[in-house]
Order: sequence, then structure tokens, then C-alpha cells
Amino acid sequence: MLMQGTGINSIMAGHLRKEESFSFNRQVLDYIHHAAEHGLYEIRGLGAKRALPTFDDLVFLTASASRYPLEGYREKCISKTVLGTRYAKRPIELEIPITIAGMSFGALSANVKEALGRAASAMGTSTTTGDGGMTREERQSSRTLVYQCLPSRYGFNPEDLRQADAIELVIGQGAKPGGGGMLLGQKVSARVAGMRTLPEGIDQRSACRHPDWTGPDDLTIKLLELREITDWQVPIYVKMGATRVREDVKLAVKAGADVVVIDGMQGGTAATQQTFIEHSGIPTLAALPLAVEALDEMNVLGEVQLIISGGIRSGADVAKALALGADAVAIGQGVLMALGCNSDTYHQAGENIDATADYTALQTAAGFCHHCHTGRCPVGITTQIPQLETRLEPEWGARRLKNYLQVLTMELTTLARACGKSNVHHLEREDLVALTIEAAAMAKVPLAGTNWIPGKS
Amino acid sequence: MDRLIQLDLAGLTVRELNQFLHQELPSRGAGWHVDVLNPNGMHNLAVGLNASVDVDIRGHAGYFIAGMNQQARVTVHGNVGWSVAENIMSGSVRVKGCASECAAASGHGGLVVIEQDASSRCGISMKGCDIVVGGSVGHLSAFMAQAGTLVVRGNAGPGLGDSLYEAVIYVGGEIHSLGADAREEPMQMEDHARVAELLTRAGFPAETGRFKRIASARSLYHWHADAGDRY
Repeated sequence: MLMQGTGINSIMAGHLRKEESFSFNRQVLDYIHHAAEHGLYEIRGLGAKRALPTFDDLVFLTASASRYPLEGYREKCISKTVLGTRYAKRPIELEIPITIAGMSFGALSANVKEALGRAASAMGTSTTTGDGGMTREERQSSRTLVYQCLPSRYGFNPEDLRQADAIELVIGQGAKPGGGGMLLGQKVSARVAGMRTLPEGIDQRSACRHPDWTGPDDLTIKLLELREITDWQVPIYVKMGATRVREDVKLAVKAGADVVVIDGMQGGTAATQQTFIEHSGIPTLAALPLAVEALDEMNVLGEVQLIISGGIRSGADVAKALALGADAVAIGQGVLMALGCNSDTYHQAGENIDATADYTALQTAAGFCHHCHTGRCPVGITTQIPQLETRLEPEWGARRLKNYLQVLTMELTTLARACGKSNVHHLEREDLVALTIEAAAMAKVPLAGTNWIPGKS
Repeated sequence: MDRLIQLDLAGLTVRELNQFLHQELPSRGAGWHVDVLNPNGMHNLAVGLNASVDVDIRGHAGYFIAGMNQQARVTVHGNVGWSVAENIMSGSVRVKGCASECAAASGHGGLVVIEQDASSRCGISMKGCDIVVGGSVGHLSAFMAQAGTLVVRGNAGPGLGDSLYEAVIYVGGEIHSLGADAREEPMQMEDHARVAELLTRAGFPAETGRFKRIASARSLYHWHADAGDRY
């Protein structure tokens, strides 16, 4: 805002005033200029970037005189996790409660899929396919592979269904609940197009509704169909973006889900509209307690397992998610970052090679990149271009990801032991307090130093 | 000699039926014929088959009949509910009566014949299967159809072929309206041959004179600002 007389006086005095508008700040100006120039909304990758209440707004009340800790470096703390005990003959048994979220071949290269499988198998956890079918690389490298059934049904077939260890019926995801997938033409290579039965190079926009069922009553029959086809052997997950969580979880339970997966608004994507990413869904922190309450109200706590995802980054995040009632978490973006997403360099034959020029060519920089949709990933992760794909060496990537998952697990068990728990699943809501009123209200734990839970007490 | 097995759903569960069809039947070798009695509108009958067998469902059946079929030839002697032969890979599924919504949704291969009418979204998301409908189809049929052929002897409801990819639709009767990016194209010799072949395989007279060809205008294959609210 220019005050009367001020501008001219300042200029005369040689002082340049930079008064930025809150409503029309540089980010907003950039948005308006981009819209005016292109006439099409902005598409990008990753998840919500705006500031939101997160697990960082909670802290643990670890043991002291009133609680008894376990020896942090000595006593065992179990992290084994079992999913799908409700109906499946063969529930999923994992060594850690940290799973790899569904990300498509197409969005990711085959090398990345192989790296995910190797690391997950080494850590005793699962990987998940995505919109585009199952690749032989991920099936071969993954000890436990979850096969997604998505609205597009790209590459969906009974052979792969029968070789899956679990099925995840995807209703939606946190980055774009209510929207379909998207893969721009530069990533629709011959192999990707072949798997999806689409012409090579088209801008592929997936359906947002399943082709063969619509409402929750149909979903019940659909889940039964998948169970009948697989002879009730493997668990069926139902994944949803976090919006009307309480109602949606109840409907998924009623429809017969073994496991419910809730993906908060920080959840990532390879490509969708920026407006969708930032303005739909609720934060993971708010979604999780609603899902737990819904399971409780349906009397299925412990019978139907809950996986939470959307912006999980650290062992502390995992520990807090478990304390709030999740049975496991799923990680997508953090996993890609462990492989080098947004890193200055990529690794090639034992050397780190500078990728700055490639970020610059995308008009971005390491630390800010969300250009997964372009298929020109400077570090070779979200690409189908052979020269870029080789920048991610599967063995190196698998080692990095295994390290990351190991650190998360060590941090998780460190916090659990300090809370006096010999099993990470014994972490509980009573172990947490909130640092902000917003987080206290969303997580439904007391504000630190008080016994106040906004909306409850 | 026809090797016939009768399975009566009055005394069997759907799970027992499917497990027999998945596990025991293939172990007996090819050439078996299974009669399923008393379907009484039940869902998920004969889903996930993967053997060269004939299955006859003697009566009306519910949702997802013969879903994800491979190799088998399934005939329903009655009407079916939603999503018959969804995601069919190969073999054939024939409905002697009418089919409700989403018949042959996302079918990858094989042949689906609906002898009478099919409701809305017939052939939605189809990926290479062939569908022949003796009567008419409802709204948004062949929505986002990617590959394969839909032949409709009767009329088509609103929004036919919306967002079509490479699948081709042939309609013998009236078309209420076409969906976004679908357009009528001239029938060529190979179109008449294709329709005649599918009609013959489906057991209908191979009269192709009145058929129209509907295919994608391919104007939505790439993002562009002029497409406006069609995105």
C-alpha cells in the first residue's frame, strides 16, 4: 500500500520502500502472471507445501518418576506389524510398521521400483504398485507387494492380482481426494503406454471414479468379488484421501476392508493441479484421530488395521502416528527423498555428480523442485527418459533407502523405549501432548502444561 | 462326450462354487461343461475363471458375473446386474437377457455379448475386449474406452464415447448424443467387415448397412488452453 506522499518522498530521499502485500505477495503475483500467460492451471508434483499443523506440534511425555523407561540401548522393543487379520487367510506380516506407499511405474522409473523393492525386502516391509500396473522389477524385488486396484484399471489383470500379497482398492489419495491420476505425455513412454493400453506420448488423465461400482453398497460387492477371485487368501486394503474421514472409514469397514489406509493432505503425487494439492483434504494430524474414532465406534479396533500416510518423514512422526492409533504408516515422498529427490547431486559409479544445471533447465533448484510431472527429474527418479533413468542406480538407491528406513525404525524404538514400551504398538495417546492449540484440537491430546483438549474438555 | 457337472446354488455357497471352478475344475482338464442352477440374482458367480470350460448360469444373476474372466465361456440364461464380465481378459461371456450398468467395464480382451439391452456405461474404460449388444445401450457408454470394439445393434443414450481413446464404436440405431471428443466417421470397407465379423461371432445376422462408426477426434490427447471446461 502506497501512503499519500510517502512514495515520492522516499524516492527523493534515495530510499526504496519494498512493502510487500500479504494478499498479493510475490507467490500470488507469480501465480496470477502464470495463469494469465498460459490459460491453463499449474500442474506439479509432491504434496501440500503450505504450513499446516503436523506431528511436529506434538511431543512425547517420556518416562520419569511416574513412568518406567526401558533401557534404550539394550532392551528389546518389538516393531513387528501384522495387517489384514480380519478376513484374509494370509495376513501381511512385516518387521516394521513403515510401508512404502503406492507410486506408479510411469511416475517412477523401473530402476526406482527395483530399488524400493530391494530396500523394503531387506527391512522386512512392503512396497505398493500404483496407477499403471505391476512391473516385473517390483514383483521380483519385493518380498511383500501390495497390488493397487485403481479407477483407471491400467494394466490391471488377474494374473498379477493372484501374485499379489495384498490388494489395495484405491478410492482416493491425499494430494487429490476426489480426483484421478495424471501422467503427462513426456512420461508416457512406449513401455508405460503399452502397460496402460494407451497411445504413446498422450497426456494421460485417469478417471476419478471406478468403472464398475459407484457407492458403498456396490463397493461391498466389489470387495467380495476381489476376495472370490483370490479365494480369500490375501488382505484387502481400502485407501482414501482424508476428507470426511469418520464417515468414509465407517463405510470402508462396513464394505469389508481388512485394512483402511488414510492419506492426509500432505500426501504426494507425481502430477496434479496445484489448486487441488493445496486446497483439498485435511491434514494428516487431523485425519488420524478421526479414523481411529471411526474404527472404535464400529467396534473393529484391532480387527481392522489402520495405515496413515501423508507427509510422514521421521521416526518421531511414525512414533506419534502409532501413539495416536495407527497400526502402520506409508511413506512416499520421504522415500523418494532418501533416493536423492531434491538433492544437489546424483550418484554414478561411485561419484556424486552435480545436477544443478538440470534443475536450472527446469527453472527450479534443489530444495524447491516439484517438477515430477515433467519427467525430467535431475536425479533420475521420476522419469522415463533412459539417460536420466540411469542416474538412479538401483543398488545404491536400495542402500540409501534401507538406511533411511533403519533410521526411522531406530528413532521409533528409541521413543517407544523411553515411554516404557517394549512394543512400538504399545505407544498410546496418553504419551503425547500438543504444543499448539490447533494441534491439541486436531490430535485430541492436551495442550502441553494443561489438561485442556479444545472441543473436549 | 460332453462332460457335464451340475452345481446347485440352493445347496452351495458362492465361495464353494468359485473355489470349485478355480481349483478342482482345471485339474480335470479341458472340455468340461458346468451348469449352475438356482443363481437367484446372486453376485460374483464364476469370477476369476482361468480354464477352457463352458459354464451355463441357469437364471438371473447379480453383480460382477464372470468378472476378470480368462479362457472360459460363460453364458447367463437370464438378466444380470452391474458390471458383468468386468476386466475380462479372454474367453467369452454371453448374457441371454439384459445387462445392467457397466457391462464389460475395463475389459482387456475376449468377447462379451449382451443379447438384449445393456444399461448405462456399457464398455466403460474398455481396454481391448469386443462387445456386441443386441439391443440398446444407456448413457455414457464406452466412456474413456481405450481399445477394442463396441457394436450396438439398437440405439445409444446420451454422451456416447465421451473421452474416447482408440476404441471404436459402431451403432446400428439412433445416437442420442456424442460425448466430448467423440465423432462420427465414414464407414469404410474394413469397418463393415469388422462389424459383420463381430455380429456373426455373436450370433446375429451380419447386416451392416445401417451402422455408423464413432471414434475419437483425438483433440483431448494433449493439454491445451482452448479445451476450456472439457478438462
